[in-house]
Amino acid sequence: MASFSNPFDPNSKLGKGCQCGQHNSQAAHDEAEAMNTQQLGDRAVEGAIMRALFPHDETRRNFLRTVGAGTAFAAISQFLPINFMQEAFAETGGALEKTKLKVGFIPITCATPIIMAAPMGFYAKHGLDVEVVKTAGWAVIRDKAINKEYDAAHMLSPMPLAISMGVGSAPVPWTMPAVENINGQAITLALKHKDKRDPKSWKGFKFAVPFDFSMHNYLLRYYLAEFGLDPDVDVQIRSVPPPEMVANLRAGNIDGFLAPDPVNQRAVYDGVGFIHILSKEIWDGHPCCAFSASKEFVTTMPNTYQALVKSIIEATAYANKDENRKSIASVIAPANYLNQPVTVLEQVLTGTYADGLGGIQKVPTRVDFEPFPYESFAIWILTQMKRWGQIKGDVNYQKIASEVFLATDAMKLMKDAGLVPPKSNTKKFFVMKKEFNPAKPEEYIASFPIRKA
Amino acid sequence: MKNFKPWLPAMLSIIILLIFLGVWHLATLPTQGTIDPNLDPEYAKLLGASAAVGQKSTMPTPADVLDKLWVNVKDPFYDHGTNDKGIGIQIAYSLARVSLGFGLAALVAIPFGFLIGMSPLLYKALDPFIQVLKPISPLAWMPLALYTIKDSAISAIFVIFICSIWPMLINTAFGVSTVRREWINVARTLEVKPLRMAFKVILPAAAPTIMTGMRISLGIAWLVIVAAEMLVGGTGIGYFVWNEWNNLSITSVIVAILVIGIIGMILDLLLGKVTKWVSFKE
Repeated sequence: MASFSNPFDPNSKLGKGCQCGQHNSQAAHDEAEAMNTQQLGDRAVEGAIMRALFPHDETRRNFLRTVGAGTAFAAISQFLPINFMQEAFAETGGALEKTKLKVGFIPITCATPIIMAAPMGFYAKHGLDVEVVKTAGWAVIRDKAINKEYDAAHMLSPMPLAISMGVGSAPVPWTMPAVENINGQAITLALKHKDKRDPKSWKGFKFAVPFDFSMHNYLLRYYLAEFGLDPDVDVQIRSVPPPEMVANLRAGNIDGFLAPDPVNQRAVYDGVGFIHILSKEIWDGHPCCAFSASKEFVTTMPNTYQALVKSIIEATAYANKDENRKSIASVIAPANYLNQPVTVLEQVLTGTYADGLGGIQKVPTRVDFEPFPYESFAIWILTQMKRWGQIKGDVNYQKIASEVFLATDAMKLMKDAGLVPPKSNTKKFFVMKKEFNPAKPEEYIASFPIRKA
Repeated sequence: MKNFKPWLPAMLSIIILLIFLGVWHLATLPTQGTIDPNLDPEYAKLLGASAAVGQKSTMPTPADVLDKLWVNVKDPFYDHGTNDKGIGIQIAYSLARVSLGFGLAALVAIPFGFLIGMSPLLYKALDPFIQVLKPISPLAWMPLALYTIKDSAISAIFVIFICSIWPMLINTAFGVSTVRREWINVARTLEVKPLRMAFKVILPAAAPTIMTGMRISLGIAWLVIVAAEMLVGGTGIGYFVWNEWNNLSITSVIVAILVIGIIGMILDLLLGKVTKWVSFKE
């Protein structure tokens, strides 16, 4: 468990094995030390701060060697309310500051864990009375969340980053304690294009994505650019709210979209489009939507925040099991939630679906639900924001990523929920066979021939 | 003009309605779509009925709409949770918002319009502002309102307020400024005090014009509410439309359109009655 290894120890090994050499991994060593949760939590918070301040192992070690761990900790805690943050984190099971909460969602299957947690009692289990409120669009959900009408909200995973940086809205420190779903999006084209399966022939197409700051936008641009189309020149990409996409596709206003489900399946269901590819074919395991809350909520209501995130993590784990998918589909289909035909949602969630061209596809991993907010996801998103000119100048990738994507918290809460969290805050992944190395974001951007930055 | 029998207009209305319904019915009659013989029944089950049969139009027939209307009207006050309430409850929310926004607008516009109407100088000075602000669409105000007011419920009411204030303001000012000189002169010769003159002479004389302004404003407020609620969501008839659109249920959208139209008509009729009551024959 790399995240709980002590970053204040200048002698800990960087590679495999633990600091005392007796265990074959640091995780095993830590377990042997049998820390109680309190200490572990404290250490996780200190560790996160230490890492955020000194992201490079080399620098951190040199600094620690020179001044010593105690001094370093004292020095840092002068500037940062470490104690406070530790307290915020530690009070598991403390009294909830607020039990009646409002959580906003957009009616798409990405929000499945957030929605189903209400009727299926995941919130109630942690003593919360959560009202899940359907919201009209991403800009509205952002504004309502910033205005504190919602205590927490379903957002697209790039949105907390954009809000924190003040891109497209006033800057408000925002956090993303959990990812909702991975995969689960698709490129849908109008039926009249069923012979144009080669993206190179898509010049002049009009595409829709749900929002400017969305994985959909970045994935579509990435996909097009890999086929040599400049998304800002050769095609038109507009931001259209998901419910309007099918209507626009039917009217011929757009040629296709990269959209969240159930919109893609709905286009097939209504006989206006076909599914060109699933988003997992672009990047298998990409994050999409997120559960987000303001930093203020996290710090002023730590117990409520933890209970809420735990409910979400548990619901996410439940949703990830294939055998639960059918029952979930019928729970979230009524007008109170997604307001969609059950069969559409079943096709999305079970991955046995009509592709719109007369075939039945079986892709059980069409959508999956994994809560862990890897920091490398955030860094990739930031590279794409920069690549397409949404952010300019120098970006402190690692700092923003660890401030917004609360991977360390998620680890602890996943453990509390009896789940096995991943071993590291970051992971390497491939987007269309191209490896992404989170340590070298600028080089990654420069490696693309088609880019704005 | 030749006199016509009193029942003639009503009958003509009904005939027009029947022709309209007939055309609608014929145009949306399900074309006996040829079922593709190669279509896998397993596959067809995964599609919507219309797509599977190869039917082009998904426009509902009048009978579908009546069915749906009956379903909604039968149980207008059900409450299946935050995001699914009966159409009666939704209308009540919308009416509450409209009356609040419109009421506030009337409270501001009528006294203010009175002042402007009494002073030609103010009238001329403020006219450009009113003319610029009047044609702004409610949807254009919404982001600004959300950003500054920071509360979506108040924002919706603000948008109704700001959109329905102008016709009332202009009509009040116009009505007050065009009261016949003779009446004012007569009042002056009788040494009527200014306040008394305002209430006893100018107000009654301008009342029909003011009422016309209020009718236009209420119509606008009812137009605005649907747009505002579609954007802000949560409750109201506008949210109902949006929620059904989300499900691509054109039938329900048409039902909502019908209901919106009827409520708008009732509101206008009510104000029309008040107008008759305040105006007098010379």
